[in-house]
Amino acid sequence: MQAITANTADAAVNNYRQTPRWLQVWRNMRRSPSALIGLSILLGHMLVALLAPWLAPYDWTLQNGYIMFQAPSAEYWFGTDNMGRDVFSRTLMGGREAISVTLLGTLLAMGWGGFMGMFLGFVGGRLDEWMMRLVDALLAIPWLLFLLLIISMVGQSGVTLIFTLGFFYGIAVIRVVRGATLDFVARDFVLAAKTRGESRFTIVVKELLPNVLDAMLVEGAMRWAWMLLAFSSLSFLGFGVVPPTPDWGLMIADTRGMMSIAPWATLFPALALSTLIISINLTADAFGKAMGLDRAKAPV
Amino acid sequence: MLKLILQRLALAMLTLFAVCILVFSVTEALPGDVCTAYLGRDAQGTRLENCRQQRGLNKPAFERFSDWGAGVIQGDLGTSLKRDKPINDMLANRMRNTAVLASAAAAIGIPLAILLGVFAALRRDKPLDVGLSTGAIFAMTIPEFVTATLLIFVFAIQLQWFPAVTTVRSSAPISELLPNIVLPVITLAFVMVAHIMRMVRSSMIEVMAGDFVQMARLKGVPYWRIVWYHALPNAMLPTINIIALTIAWLLGGVVIIEQVFNYPGVGTLMIKGIYDRDLPLVQAIALVLAAVYIGCNLLADLASQALNPRLRTAR
Repeated sequence: MQAITANTADAAVNNYRQTPRWLQVWRNMRRSPSALIGLSILLGHMLVALLAPWLAPYDWTLQNGYIMFQAPSAEYWFGTDNMGRDVFSRTLMGGREAISVTLLGTLLAMGWGGFMGMFLGFVGGRLDEWMMRLVDALLAIPWLLFLLLIISMVGQSGVTLIFTLGFFYGIAVIRVVRGATLDFVARDFVLAAKTRGESRFTIVVKELLPNVLDAMLVEGAMRWAWMLLAFSSLSFLGFGVVPPTPDWGLMIADTRGMMSIAPWATLFPALALSTLIISINLTADAFGKAMGLDRAKAPV
Repeated sequence: MLKLILQRLALAMLTLFAVCILVFSVTEALPGDVCTAYLGRDAQGTRLENCRQQRGLNKPAFERFSDWGAGVIQGDLGTSLKRDKPINDMLANRMRNTAVLASAAAAIGIPLAILLGVFAALRRDKPLDVGLSTGAIFAMTIPEFVTATLLIFVFAIQLQWFPAVTTVRSSAPISELLPNIVLPVITLAFVMVAHIMRMVRSSMIEVMAGDFVQMARLKGVPYWRIVWYHALPNAMLPTINIIALTIAWLLGGVVIIEQVFNYPGVGTLMIKGIYDRDLPLVQAIALVLAAVYIGCNLLADLASQALNPRLRTAR
């Protein structure tokens, strides 16, 4: 009797091992239509961003005074803008900088915010308390002001934006990951690792990280959407991408004055930006649900 | 209760002080100073030296911080680099304009959000709820400058109901501002409604499933009375914190929306300050907005204590 139970338990463990976690998550995600819609739009956007230089039918910086404000036609699918540039080519290219900067920024935010959060949750005590006060104070500055303050000081460039966005959005990650870590620090396996005499670094990386990774990934996906929103807002205000690099936020800012003559030059980039952000949100939402973490998060 | 209010007030002051240090040290820790940022390429030789002399930048950081901080406490935010005028004078009218905009958005947005949230909760998973919730996700995720641009396209260009951009001066009387704030207010309210509605909906669903609602039903209390008198006040508790968070968003969003509509408020002034690299001005505005935000949080905190006596004794 005893042997049989042990065997079945073993079999169950083996069975569990045979379906890796990512496959389980994917199976859960496949069931929700909004996840599939979000994921396919997102993949489409990524593909377009990757292949844009080869897909674009015209040079995206070429100005041509003879073809200003042309309505969408077979020749210029999305029409032309106030400088006679092809809106279709520019819309294809316009997401590249936004996606690459925010993706790198998100990785940075997850990296430093996640590590810091795990460390603070693990160490606890006075250091943790004071650092969390600081985190609260930093979050008390409305995000745009903070970003604008830094950018006005160091000037605008892709690298600055990656670090600024990564730093700022990492602060919010600290809170979430610290909260998730607190659920685990008192568990026996952490105590066992401590008793074995493992170093703090090893405990954080080997014992805590695998457990809080879920929360971190979902938080990262959410942060990506907010970061994209922040990035495009900054570039709309003129503090993001440096022209003549096409960018959706910048294109909307440049062409919105001419909306009564050539609405297509504004509306197509707006559509591209909106669909990308919505698709990330849908995917992140479904991803969280598929992982068994459900949360509705307001932007901070 | 009085002790608690004082305690929270002290904590808010402490946070504000921390924000002060942060705003100051951001400019301190980053390469360059106010003068190099302002002068840009001309930042060398006598011009730089003169600017530094005039601004007192040769003093040690601590002394400068205490000077600046002492000014801030006395309500003096310093002088603008570009215009060489006291920042207080530049801010006064614009603060009023932004306050008009933000409070109009809050006055319309918050009641509407509560109303829609309650309806969505009562019609849970029915078409009305699904429609409202999906709409809320769209409203939340689309960047506000895109929403604003689309609204301008439809209502200012196609239908020509409202002006697309504000052309009045910052010192204009409120009556002249009013026709101009319709579209900005709609844009601001749009996002606010989405956030608050979602929260009201989920906490209302939770409350309506409670035993006391069941009890009231069994006693034959009219349905509308249960919803509005018994359930809603309880559902408002978690909502208050979301409202405070939304106000934080409002303060950032207002900068963008003012810029889109060229509205003469604090936000456009801040953007102008950044274009001109007028750091003292930017610092002052960041500080003022952060103070407003901390004030809102304090109010939300106290309001939720007042609504929920349990929180008062918890600690």
